[in-house]
Amino acid sequence: MTDNKDSAGIHSRAEEFLQVFKKGTEFTQDLLKENERLRFRVLEVEQQYRSETPNVELQLLKESLQRAETEKQEILDKIRSVEQENLDFSNRYAEIEAENNLLANLYITTYQLHSTFEVSEILRIIEEILLNLVGAEQFTLLLCDENEQLFQPIINETGEPQIASVQNSDVHIATALNEGQNWIAGVDELKTLGDTEVKAVIPLTVDDDVIGVLAVYRLLAQKSEFTEIDEEIFNLLGNHAAMAICTAVLRRENVGRINLRQGFLGQV
Amino acid sequence: MSEYKVLVVEDSPTMRQLIVFALKRIRNLHIEEAGDGVGGLKKLSAQKFDLVVTDINMPIMDGLKLVSLIRNDPQYREVPVVVITTEGATEDRDRALALGANEYITKPIQTARILEVARKMLGI
Repeated sequence: MTDNKDSAGIHSRAEEFLQVFKKGTEFTQDLLKENERLRFRVLEVEQQYRSETPNVELQLLKESLQRAETEKQEILDKIRSVEQENLDFSNRYAEIEAENNLLANLYITTYQLHSTFEVSEILRIIEEILLNLVGAEQFTLLLCDENEQLFQPIINETGEPQIASVQNSDVHIATALNEGQNWIAGVDELKTLGDTEVKAVIPLTVDDDVIGVLAVYRLLAQKSEFTEIDEEIFNLLGNHAAMAICTAVLRRENVGRINLRQGFLGQV
Repeated sequence: MSEYKVLVVEDSPTMRQLIVFALKRIRNLHIEEAGDGVGGLKKLSAQKFDLVVTDINMPIMDGLKLVSLIRNDPQYREVPVVVITTEGATEDRDRALALGANEYITKPIQTARILEVARKMLGI
């Protein structure tokens, strides 16, 4: 009896052990499957990460590039704006320099013309102005002789005495005498005119009365055209040179007879 | 700020006035004037100058002689000299440069050119 009981107990425990072992085996297989699944999942995730990461970085880079492009465009626009501003300032500076040069020339011309009562000195100053400020190499100044109605050369820097006899036979000189109008050759005309042909004619006027003519025949070698400053100096010479000469002549003829202070006070 | 001293040697009052007028636009500039080379040398021997601007065609002593004397005198041989030449007188200009002039200005004179050359010579 006892042997049977023992045998049944052993059998029962063996069964239990087998059951436990069987469950262990199943559990181990489940673990292996889960492990396999997880490993597969890890691979999937890794692959997904690898494929997605570049896109993110690329996107970030694209955005960064876009910002840089925008900034670059803004900077380029700013540079263009500053360059334009700089060009405007540069042009303005050049204009002011030109104006300053013009005013300096006009101021000095006027100052010098009215700095003396000596006719010879005034004529010398006119020569200096024509040579140094205008750049005229050969020129003549003809003054009207009221008795003979002829124009006598007062300054003749032409180097050619016969030019003095040109007088009003030249169409431009005749126009200057009759109409009191300046004539100044343009760039194209200067290229075609000969050395003995007049290049500019300036009537010297006092109260619309033409008392003489200033004729330019040749310009300095490096001077190819008359400038705006030259024209302004000619205009100024046309009026102020004539006035200075007349004043000097009147002064010379009336030396000792004019009392400036009394004369002035008498006019007030 | 230091003061620059410039000597203008020119026989024509008109030209002298124009040159001085232009140079006066430079700050801290003291200008002395002379009507010919001899007058210029007298001024040079009396005080130190930073620049000499001289015409070439002048009575008594012309600009070429003045340049030559300046360059051969240890007292002021280092002073920069600018010569003013008439028309396309390249011969005078070349002689002046050969004698030791540093720069030249041709007539008709532009105030901007005077300023440009003076500033260059004075290093300002």
